[in-house]
Parts: sequence; structure tokens; C-alpha cells
Amino acid sequence: MGILLGPDSRLVVQGGTGREGSFQTQTMLEYGTRVVGIVTPGRGGQQHLELPVFDTVAEAVREVGANASVGFIPAPGAADGIMEAAAAGIELIVCISDRMPVLDTLRAYYFVKNKGARLIGPNCPGVTTPGVGKAGIMPGNIFQKGPVGLISRSGTLTYEVVNLLTKAGLGQSTCVGIGGDPIVGSSFRDILGLFNDDDQTEVIVLLGEVGGAAEEEAAEWIAAHAKKPAVSFISGRTAPPGKRMGHAGAIISGNRGTAEAKVAAFQAAGVPLADTIEQIPALVKAAL
Amino acid sequence: MRLFEYQAKQVFGGAGLSVPKGMVATTPEQAMAAAEQLGRCVVKAQVHVGGRGKAGFIKVASNPAEAGELARRMLGAGLKGYTVHQVLLEQALDIAKEYYLGAVLDRDGKHIVLMLSTMGGMDIEEVAATHPEKLIRLTPDIWRGPLSFELQDMAFAAGVDRAVYRKVVQGAATVWKLFWQYDASLVEINPLVITSSGDVIAADGKFEIDDNALYRHPELEAFRQASEEDPLEVEAQRRNLNYVHLGGDVGIMANGAGLAMNTMDVVAAHGGKPANFLDVSGGAKADVVQSALEVILQDPSVRGVFINIFGGITRGDEVARGVVEGVRALGTTVPIVVRMAGTREEEGRAILREADLVPAMSAADGAEKIIALINGRGA
Repeated sequence: MGILLGPDSRLVVQGGTGREGSFQTQTMLEYGTRVVGIVTPGRGGQQHLELPVFDTVAEAVREVGANASVGFIPAPGAADGIMEAAAAGIELIVCISDRMPVLDTLRAYYFVKNKGARLIGPNCPGVTTPGVGKAGIMPGNIFQKGPVGLISRSGTLTYEVVNLLTKAGLGQSTCVGIGGDPIVGSSFRDILGLFNDDDQTEVIVLLGEVGGAAEEEAAEWIAAHAKKPAVSFISGRTAPPGKRMGHAGAIISGNRGTAEAKVAAFQAAGVPLADTIEQIPALVKAAL
Repeated sequence: MRLFEYQAKQVFGGAGLSVPKGMVATTPEQAMAAAEQLGRCVVKAQVHVGGRGKAGFIKVASNPAEAGELARRMLGAGLKGYTVHQVLLEQALDIAKEYYLGAVLDRDGKHIVLMLSTMGGMDIEEVAATHPEKLIRLTPDIWRGPLSFELQDMAFAAGVDRAVYRKVVQGAATVWKLFWQYDASLVEINPLVITSSGDVIAADGKFEIDDNALYRHPELEAFRQASEEDPLEVEAQRRNLNYVHLGGDVGIMANGAGLAMNTMDVVAAHGGKPANFLDVSGGAKADVVQSALEVILQDPSVRGVFINIFGGITRGDEVARGVVEGVRALGTTVPIVVRMAGTREEEGRAILREADLVPAMSAADGAEKIIALINGRGA
């Protein structure tokens, strides 16, 4: 049945009355997502896109039973939006916002953790469960329901891979963009655990990039715990050390976070590694 | 954003940490004048790279003439690709011991780690590797920060002299405070000098600030002006473009950071040398494409451009029109290969062909075509 976003999810859009928020709410509705309301402080009581608008997340929880949120709040207020959702009892919080100060994210991370909620992002394209809905900005038309669980640190590169998979007849259970920042709410390892226990998911595709050690951790986790096969890919092999390649998280510092270290970790874990994204569907078919 | 040593010390001094008396010079004459006031002093090149000492860019001058001579040798010289534009002259310290004090964002552990060692003055990564028991780490609660007793525990565990532990603990508390005050990702004092008279002085300073938080630090604008960023990157930043200069001859533009990185990888895998990383993000509208192309082509090494766009929600024909308009407005003659995917990609390719741009079917196809065009073999 996929992970994170399921038939019981009741999504509220934080910042859903802004330009980007409105546009993306529209695409989520068109995709069939159960969006139950919008939260914009000061606009409570209005209707927007035929949805009720609330001043606070707590109100949306109380009035329309929201249990998941997706946030399009500009960076300066994004951490507060995440924490507001967690305090209101939202279980799944997806933060699309980019350029968040990392110390804001760090504080929000611990706040969410203490509330027992789950944060995806920030700086991510969100979560899509084909046939159920999407919380985020992924283009809905490229998806197809199926057995592939996908986890990625990037946006458009993820869409490319989903597009390739769908064209090869390989549908997806859920696609999760965990975000390109140095601190993210959920790591590869967290999402791997969810896919591991999901009946629909038969194979996991992991799209990593340079910077940090999340891919190495994921490779170790797969070797020790995975009940299903995985296929991996690393981008940024030609990225020079010390430079920020758009994603604040994609920085190689010293000899940490290099593509070589990640490739070696996946090889050691026995996880097939695609050299180009075009090779991914064939590796997935071989693994199924 | 990285601060120069002299800037970091201004911040330290402002927060009550002791720093050596010092002056910045941009000419040998200024250096001599500074040395007149300071007496025996250390001349330190101000560049954003480590290993200055070993490379001869930190030297002691016993008189103004020597200081002037050292400044003349350092100013304008290159160190690991950086040019020295400023030197810092500082009163020489009466060093009894050298400690290490730092704080760094640990992305994988999701902490800010405070670190203290009595083995300062050397590469701390080497200390961590060879004497891990000599590097004491503290990961304070993110919301409440370090408690006094935690800092004391850290100081005694590190073996700090009892005579100076209060000052060291105070220093560690200040480092934590500055880390949050300035949205740092790294604050490092190496060495933290203990003088013969028991003073605790920040003798060097590294300070890195989260670029995403610069909007709430107007007080750092002056420091930023003085920084030595790549002029192309400064120009791109001014235009709100995500650009990194890499030095090759194949200009690269993509929407999305992951896709842009992957495009670099594909070009390199086909034997090309990426000139840059550039993420235009979003739907690649005409004005953005034009602005991005202008920056890419300001780099005189660029001999061709590969544009790689995944349409997603944006339609392929819209992307193609954006690219064509952007290129036309610029009126450039360098070869441009465009690969785009998404809805209505066929219509998009037709628009590109009409405008004499070379459409590509895949990233690999695009990389091959642009490299062939640059090498004069046609596509």
C-alpha cells in the first residue's frame, strides 16, 4: 500500500494561499490527493480553491481531522511552521521550503522528534504514493502504481528516474524526496526501514549524491537489515571539494562525503550501482 | 561564507574573547607602520586556506623593516590558488601552551559538537586520528545549550590546567554563543594560546557562516564585501542564480541541483570538462535562461553550452520557447545543445530545430553532441 501517504491521510497545506502554494495545492487536488484544508494565519474562515482556510494547524486538526501537512512557507518562517504542525499533533510533516537556515532546521528536527511526529525535508520535492496522492511538488503525470520504492536527495533528477521507470513498465509504491539540505528530518535509513515493512514494495531505488555520510549509513543498513533488493545511484561524481553544488548538503568536506566513498560503501553492501540513470530500470528488473 | 582570520578575531574580540593586538595591511608600507606600533610581531597572510604556516605565509618579524619585507613577499603571492591581498600583523605572544577549541555542525549526528584539546597548534583531524582520547567532544542539547558543569567536565576531561580552566570554560561558552548568534557552521580557535602569565588568547580564527542565514545578518555585509569570491560567482549570486565556476569549457545549465550535478557527471564521462554548475530551477522561463546564459558566457573558457531541462509540470514546448527567446535575446554564436524531457517534448524539439539549436534525446546524447561541436566535428 506504499508508505507515509496512504488512504487515511488527510492533508493540510501550510501556506496554501500563496502563489506557489496555490499552484501546488491545485496540482495535488488534480492528482486526487485528499486535501482537507489550508492554513494561512490571518485568512481563517475564508475558502480558497474550494477548501476551508484555517488560521492555525491546530484548528485544521480539530475541524477537518488533518493528520498530514505539506508546507510552502518562505524560509524565515518555515521552522515555526514545522513546529506548529508537530505541536498540533500532525503525524507526517512535509516541508518543501528551500534555503532554510540550518540551525532553524536543527531545532525543528528535535522539536518534531520529541512530539513523535515524522518530518520529510526541508528543501525536498515531497512524497508521492501513486494512486493515492501526493504531498509536494512532484509532477503527477510521470507516476504509475507498482513495486518500486524510491528515495532521493534531489528533485528533477528524481522525476527523470521515475519517468524512466514508468516508461519501462516499472511502477512505484511511493517516491520520497528526503531533501538536499545537510540536516533533514528523515534520512535514507529511516525511509529504508518503512519500505522494508511495506508489502507493496519489492525493490528499493536509492538516489544519492555527494556530501555527508547518509549513503554510507544506508548501505550498511541494507547489508544488515534489508529484506528486499536495492539499486543505487550517486550523482556529483565530478563535484569538486568545498563547493556548494546548489544543494547545501552536497558539499564534500575534507575527504568526507566523496562519491568514491559512497560507491565503495554500496559495493561492500552488495547493492548494484548504476553508472548512469538510464541503467536504473534494467538493474531494477534484474533485482525483481 | 567564510570569514578571514582578522574578521573572525573582530567577532571574537567583540564577544569578550582575548585576541592579540593586531592590524591589517594591504601594502608593505602599511605593514611597516603597523610593526612600528606593535613591536616584535607575526605577519600572517589572509587567505581562506589551511597550511599557511608550512607554506611560509606566517612569519615572525623582529623589526618594521623585516615586517615590510615579509609583507612584500606575501602580498600578491598565490597560495593553493588563492591570491593574498591582505596581511594581518599581530603582537607576538609569549606562548606557554597551545590548546584547541572549536564547534562544528555534525550533519550526520545532527548535533553541534563542541571540541576541546590540549594538543592545539596542529591539524585537529590528525589529533583525532592519532590521539582520539585527547580530543574531548561535547554535544549539548540543541535547545538549551551547554550547562556550566558540562563545560567544566569537558575542560577537566581534556586535562586543561586548573590555573586557566575558568577562562577556557568561558571561552567554550562564548564559542557556543557566537555559533548561534551568527548562524555558523564552523567556529574554530587553533591554537588557543595559554601565555606564560596565564592569559587565554585566540591566536587564530576560522569562522564559517550558513549562506542560507545571511539574510538575517546585515552586520556581516562589510565582511562580505572584502571577501575574495570568484567574480563570476558573485555576478551569478547578484542575479539569484545557483552557479559554481569549475574551469572547463563546456557550459552547463539544468533545472534542479541534482540534475545539474548529474549533467556535469555525464559530460565528464564523455570526455568533456564542465565549465560550471548552474541550476536555473523551476520551469526555465526565457528571462532566466537568458540571464543564466549571460553568466555562463562571461566565462571566456566556455566554447559551448549544454542545457538539460526536465519539464515536469512545465510543458516541453514552453521550455523550448523560453530557451529560444533567451538565446535570441543574447545573440550568441557559441554552439548550444538542448536536451529536454517532459510533456510535449516532440513539439519542443521542433521549436529548437527551427531556431538552429541542437536538440538532444538524452543527457548522454547531448554530452556527445556538445563535445563534438566544440571540437569542430559537428553534431
